[in-house]
Amino acid sequence: MPDTIHIRVNGEAKDWRRGATVAELLQDLEIKTDRVAVELNLEILDRASFAQRPLEDGDRVEILSFIGGGGEKGAR
Amino acid sequence: MADDRLIIAGREFKSRLWVGTGKYKDFVETRKAIEVSGADVVTVAVRRVNITDRSKENLLDYIDPKKYTILPNTAGCYSVEDAVRYARLARAAGVSDLVKLEVLGDERTLFPDTAGLIEAAKILIKEGFVVLPYTNDDPIVAKKLVDIGCPAVMPLAAPIGSGLGIRNPYNLKIIMETVKVPIIVDAGVGTASDAALAMEYGADAVLMNTAIAGAQDPIAMAEAMKYAVQAGRLAYKAGRIPRKLYATASSPIEGML
Repeated sequence: MPDTIHIRVNGEAKDWRRGATVAELLQDLEIKTDRVAVELNLEILDRASFAQRPLEDGDRVEILSFIGGGGEKGAR
Repeated sequence: MADDRLIIAGREFKSRLWVGTGKYKDFVETRKAIEVSGADVVTVAVRRVNITDRSKENLLDYIDPKKYTILPNTAGCYSVEDAVRYARLARAAGVSDLVKLEVLGDERTLFPDTAGLIEAAKILIKEGFVVLPYTNDDPIVAKKLVDIGCPAVMPLAAPIGSGLGIRNPYNLKIIMETVKVPIIVDAGVGTASDAALAMEYGADAVLMNTAIAGAQDPIAMAEAMKYAVQAGRLAYKAGRIPRKLYATASSPIEGML
């Protein structure tokens, strides 16, 4: 099996190393885990499971956080 | 007014002015405006983290979640599915079960899709969320939202960001009379008198963003709003005089020459 997998992170295509967990992905991207939500293939992950979830080829990862907002900013 | 606390779903709030955190020049201005406003509830949106430019600072580095109640919204959601998804993401990102639920019906007016709002609220309440719904100034919808378990309702004064002030005071008054949970007038406030008026009508709090962030001097407007909300609340509790068509002299006639 190749050592690289193809995943999408926040819509961007990325090559990642096989076997890496969600926690490692966040760490490599320098994203603090305490204020983010992670959705893996539309499933929202528990923060406690970040270190247990290995990424697989074709995974779609969404990493979200809080930004300034009232009611007027569109999501799209 | 120290004991005049606002209580929603067992949570106590000091300030009756709630503010949004969008549209400011930078995080420093955001923090300063919020500090000056005296608000202890701030709304935030949930969006993708910028993964290419990690130098971007985080809003919550400037707004301490220990000092403020962070109220995530579902702004920008035009369907029940999207609103529910964003609410769940907000909870996963980790502050609390609180959500300001928005299901928008139309991009031009940003008016709520009230049918979708009720549907999304039902789903989220079942999942244990404390749902604060951004709704229209419609007394029937407000009542339905309370009936399904919303611990407060947030009717608009006017379209989001419009600054038009309270468009339908009579509907808001009917909502305040018929709904026995706190009413937070949300959206459409333009200036201090609009906020004062909402409080004088009997609103329990006012939530705004653009009126402060979009003012020429946001910090000064934040202070103006703080006093407007306090003055309006005091006037409401004091009980205003009735309106009369003709004059009533304030000085006695007795003792005149």
